[in-house]
Amino acid sequence: MLSKIVRTTANQLIVFILIFGLYVIAHGQLTPGGGFQGGAVIVSGVVMLLVAFNAKELKKSLRESGLSIMESTGALIFAALAFAGIATTFFYNVLVGTPIFGHVPPTGANPGDVWTGGVVPLMNWAVGIKVVAGLSAVVLAMALFSSGEEMEE
Amino acid sequence: MRKVVGLILLLVLVGFLVWGVVALIHPFGYPSPSEMDDYIIDNAQAETSNNNVVASVVFDYRGFDTLGEATILFTAVTGVLLLLRTAKRKEDES
Amino acid sequence: MDYMPLNFPFLAAALLIGIAFFIIIFKRNLIKLIMGIAMMASGVNLFLVALGYRVGGNAPIYTNVPPGPMVLPVPQALTLTSIVISVAVLALMLTMVIRIYRHTGSLDSEKSRRMKG
Repeated sequence: MLSKIVRTTANQLIVFILIFGLYVIAHGQLTPGGGFQGGAVIVSGVVMLLVAFNAKELKKSLRESGLSIMESTGALIFAALAFAGIATTFFYNVLVGTPIFGHVPPTGANPGDVWTGGVVPLMNWAVGIKVVAGLSAVVLAMALFSSGEEMEE
Repeated sequence: MRKVVGLILLLVLVGFLVWGVVALIHPFGYPSPSEMDDYIIDNAQAETSNNNVVASVVFDYRGFDTLGEATILFTAVTGVLLLLRTAKRKEDES
Repeated sequence: MDYMPLNFPFLAAALLIGIAFFIIIFKRNLIKLIMGIAMMASGVNLFLVALGYRVGGNAPIYTNVPPGPMVLPVPQALTLTSIVISVAVLALMLTMVIRIYRHTGSLDSEKSRRMKG
């Protein structure tokens, strides 16, 4: 565990890192970014907490059972969204034209509308959940193992 | 002996790479066959209602790749957790 | 910007992969081997992105894009896939190195070659 200055700064900074990561995930259909990148940003915040506090402190709030449930949920949502278009083809974008995320943007440069993208924003969220849970579990397991602890079942 | 073989192998590989890069590929900035990418650039907004063409390729046109990638990520995470956990338990038993 | 002689970005990617080959062939430390593999992944990513560049092109995102041609999107998407896969494989390799270090007590690849059981 590092000094009190580092811990306080990390406590304040994690909020902004979380907000930035969620922004990158939520605007994946409009700006550069998406599920993987935003998930990696959030996992960098988790790594910062892991450096500032030690792994045992973080284990109290991030349990492995919750992380694996999150990861499986993300994978299942992703596969379900892929199967949703099975009437036409696998991975068919069924939501184009519907009011939920289905506004078709004008061709060419446009300022952008959040309610576009079809199933792509939902898949971004699913993959973001999956990446956050998976990489956090990996980093946490490595830190716990190298500090002599073990992750509980 | 091993160092000599390794050096020859390295020189052959690097020479092949440099030769291919200098002589075989299209000049930088002028990709020659790009009909598929032009189609995707022109029609991604109408077909997937998506401004980000890369996201529409990742999640829509090439969804199978992303499914495989998600599978690989899942398998890697499972493997990491499995290795770290059974290791500890085996040490406890012995 | 006109024709770039000798394809410098491709050459940089090739040299990066060549350095990675050097590390993988000659180094015996497992951590350095993993560094070489990660470096080769970076070289491949650089090659893929450079493959799809178009002169004067914008990023293929239509939100407030300036007029002009667009860079090819498919190599960028495959690079995204490749980055995530390389991260996953890196985590798995590092875990295996942790296990090998706990088992044999050294990071030498020659010693872990004779490992049994």
